[in-house]
Amino acid sequence: MATFGNLSDRLAETFKNLRTKGKLSAADVDGTVREIRRALLDADVALDVVKDFTGKVRERALGDEVNKALNPAQQVVQIVNEELVQILGGQQRRLEFAKKPPTIIMLAGLQGAGKTTLAGKLAKWLAKDGHTPVLVAADLQRPNAVTQLQVVGAQAGVAVYAPEPGNGVGNPVKVARDAVKFAEQKQHDVMIVDTAGRLGVDAEMMKQAADIRKAVDPDEVLFVIDAMIGQDAVATAKAFQDGVDFTGVVLTKLDGDARGGAALSVASMTGRPIMFASTGESLDDFEPFHPDRMASRILDLGDILTLIEQAQDAFDEDEAKKVAEKFATDSFTLDDFLGQMQQLRNMGSIKKMMGMLPGAGAMKQQLDNFDEREIVRTEAIIQSMTRTERTTPKLLNGSRRLRIARGSGSSVTEVNQLVQRFEQAAKMMKTVARGGMPNVPGMGPVPGAGFSGGRGKPQQKKKGSKSGNPAKRAAENAALANGVKQGGAVAGVGGSGFGLSGNAGKPDGPSEEELAALQKMLGR
Amino acid sequence: MADRTSWSLSGALRGMFAKKTIDAETWDDLEDALIQADFGPDITDAVITELRAKVDRYKTTDPADLQRMLREGIEERLAKLDPTLKLSERPAVVLVVGVNGVGKTTTIGKFAKFLRTYDRSVVVGAADTFRAAAVEQLATWAERAGAQIVRPQAHGQDPASVAFQTVEKAKSEGIEIVIIDTAGRLQTKGGLMDELTKVRRVIEKQAPISEVLLVLDATTGQNGLAQAEAFIEHAGVTGLVLTKLDGSAKGGFVLAVQEKTGIPIKLIGQGEGINDLTGFTPHVFAQKLVG
Repeated sequence: MATFGNLSDRLAETFKNLRTKGKLSAADVDGTVREIRRALLDADVALDVVKDFTGKVRERALGDEVNKALNPAQQVVQIVNEELVQILGGQQRRLEFAKKPPTIIMLAGLQGAGKTTLAGKLAKWLAKDGHTPVLVAADLQRPNAVTQLQVVGAQAGVAVYAPEPGNGVGNPVKVARDAVKFAEQKQHDVMIVDTAGRLGVDAEMMKQAADIRKAVDPDEVLFVIDAMIGQDAVATAKAFQDGVDFTGVVLTKLDGDARGGAALSVASMTGRPIMFASTGESLDDFEPFHPDRMASRILDLGDILTLIEQAQDAFDEDEAKKVAEKFATDSFTLDDFLGQMQQLRNMGSIKKMMGMLPGAGAMKQQLDNFDEREIVRTEAIIQSMTRTERTTPKLLNGSRRLRIARGSGSSVTEVNQLVQRFEQAAKMMKTVARGGMPNVPGMGPVPGAGFSGGRGKPQQKKKGSKSGNPAKRAAENAALANGVKQGGAVAGVGGSGFGLSGNAGKPDGPSEEELAALQKMLGR
Repeated sequence: MADRTSWSLSGALRGMFAKKTIDAETWDDLEDALIQADFGPDITDAVITELRAKVDRYKTTDPADLQRMLREGIEERLAKLDPTLKLSERPAVVLVVGVNGVGKTTTIGKFAKFLRTYDRSVVVGAADTFRAAAVEQLATWAERAGAQIVRPQAHGQDPASVAFQTVEKAKSEGIEIVIIDTAGRLQTKGGLMDELTKVRRVIEKQAPISEVLLVLDATTGQNGLAQAEAFIEHAGVTGLVLTKLDGSAKGGFVLAVQEKTGIPIKLIGQGEGINDLTGFTPHVFAQKLVG
C-alpha cells in the first residue's frame, strides 16, 4: 500500500505544504494542481476529465474566494471536494418505476464487471422494499451464466425466468421479450434483465444489446462498471452510451482498494448518475451511491457516515442503551467493557474502520503498526478476573493483579494500565451520558479540516488517551449537518440530501453514547 | 474478432508521427497517449525521459525515429524477463489466481485447450467453490477443451481439498498437467488471501507447483499493481496472464507490474473463443501496441 501513495496521501502531502503558508501564490496553486493531476491519474481518472477538473480547480483556487478565506489551504480542499461532489452527484436520483408494472431494468457492461451478482443484489434489495422482482436470464453467452443467475436468484429468494439453457443456445432478444409477458402474467412488478458481458468495440454484441433494449423498452438501463477499471472507462462508457444509451451507472467491487477514479470519469463524460455501489460478494453488500462519500473517499476526508452505519449494524441497540444507562448510574463494569469490545470486533477489522476516519491517510504508518491483537490481550486480562472483580474493580489489590497478570500471560503493568484506562473511560462516559461535554485538551475542531484532524490523532490512538475521541465524535456528530459534508450542501446538488441529511436527521441515528462507546474502543 | 487496431496505440499516435518534426506538442501528445493507455504517471514519465535523452543523443527530429525508439523501448522493457511457461514437472501443477471477474475460468478453459492441442493430458480442478455456478462454467470449458475435471463434492467445500484431490487424481492416473481454478478474490480481503496460501501449501504436500498464474484484466487501471503485489505475497505468483485485450483497453499497467515485481507476462487472452489464448512475445506485443 504505502509504496505507491494513493490519491489521499498525495493530496494530504500537498496540502500540508500549503497549510504552512498563510497565503496562496499563483505558483503555489500551480504546484498543487500538478499534484492533484498526478494523483487523479494514479487513481485512474480519465485524462480528459483530469484536465478539465484541474482547470476548474485552478481557476477557482486563484479566485477571490480563496484569498479572502481565513485558511486558503482548507479552502482549496473545499473546492476540490465540491468539484468532486458536483461531478459525482450532479445528477443524483433514485430508480424510476414504471407507472404501469412491470418496471423493466436492464443491466449491461463489460465481461466480469459483476452484472449477474448485481442482478441478485438488486433483486434482493427490491424484494426487501416490498417489490416482487423476477430475474431474466438473457446472458446466453458465457458458459453457465444462466445457472449462476438461478443460484443467485435462489439465494435472493426471487423468481428467475430462464427459458433457454444458455452456453450459446437461444436468442436473448426473444427471451427478454417473452419475459415481459411472463412478468405480466405472474404479476411481478419489477423485472431485471441480466445480459451477456460485451466489449465496447464488439459491434455485433452492442447491436444485440440495443436490440434487447428495443424489444423490452426498459425503464432503466444500468451500466455496470468495475471500480478498478483504468483509462479505458471513458471509451467503454461512451461505447455503451452510444450502443444502448444507459440511464444510470452502478459501480462494483468498491470493497477493493481501488480509488474508483472511474466513477469520476464515467459520471463526468456521460452525465449519467451513479445510482448504486456494490461493496462485497454477499448479496447484501449493496447500497445507493453516495456522491459525497465517494468524494470523501477520494479526498480522504474520511467516510464517517459509512463508519457510523457499520457501527450501528454491529451494535446491538438494546445493549447500547443498557450500557448508556450504566454509564449514567455509575454501574459500568469491566464485564460491560468486555462486551463492548467484543461487539466492536464484530464490526470487522479495526484497521479498516480507522481507515475510514478523516485524515487516516496521513496515519497509514501508525495504522500499519496498530496491533489488532491488543484487543485480544485486553480480553484475556478481563477474562482472567473473577466475576466480583469485574463488577467492583476497586477490589483489585496488588496480589489479585499479580494473579490476573499470570493468568492472562501479561504483566502487572499491563493490568494496571487496563484498569486505569477503564476508570478513565467510565468517568468520562458518565459525563457524556449525562449530556455533558468532557473537557478535552488539545482537540482542535475537525470538520472540514480532515487533515489536521488526522495528524493530531495518532498519538491518541496509540497512547489510549481516549478522552479526545468522544469529544471529537460528538463534535462531528453535531457538525455533520453543516460541517463535514459542507461540500455537498454548498455545491447545491441533490447529492447532499441523498447521502447526508437522511442520516444525520434520522431520529434513531447513532446516539452520542453509542458513538462515545465506539470511540472509546478506538481510543485504545 | 474485433477490430485489432482499436487495441493499438497507433490511432492515438498516428497524428503525432505523421508530422515533419518533433516539437513540444509531440511530447505532450505522447504523454497523453501513454497515460490513456494506462501506463500510469510514473512509467510514462520514465519512458518519456528516456526517449527525450535518446532523441537528444541522436539529434533526430524525425517522428518516425521517435516511433521506432518508443517501440524498441517498450520491447526492451518487456523482454527483460523470460515469458516461457515451465511445465516440465509431471504432473505439472498450475494454480490460477486473480480478483473477481478478470476471466480466470475462461482462461483455464482456453489454456486447457491450448495444452490439448499439444496432446498433453489435462485435468482441471474446480476449486472455486464459492461463486454460484462457477463449477458448471468450468465443466463446460473442460468439456470443450477435452480435459478432465475434478468437482467438489459439496457446495462450499474447502477449495484446498478440491485442489488436493485434483493433484491426487493426476498422480494416480498419470495425467500430465493439472490446472487449478480458484475463486476470485479482491486483494484487500485478508482472510481470502490466506485461504490461497493454504491451497498452495496443501498442493505442495502432493507435488511442487510449476506455475502460479495471476490473471489480470487489461481494462484494469493502476490498481493492477496493488493486485499483483498482494497476490505475489500470498500466492507466490510466477507469471501473469493479461486478458480482454480484444477490447479497447491497452493494459499499459502491465509494464509497471512487470517492472516493479519482476514477474513476466506469460499468456495473453484476446477473446471469448476457445482458441483466443496465445503465448506472450514482447516483440509482437510492442509492435502491436505502438504500430
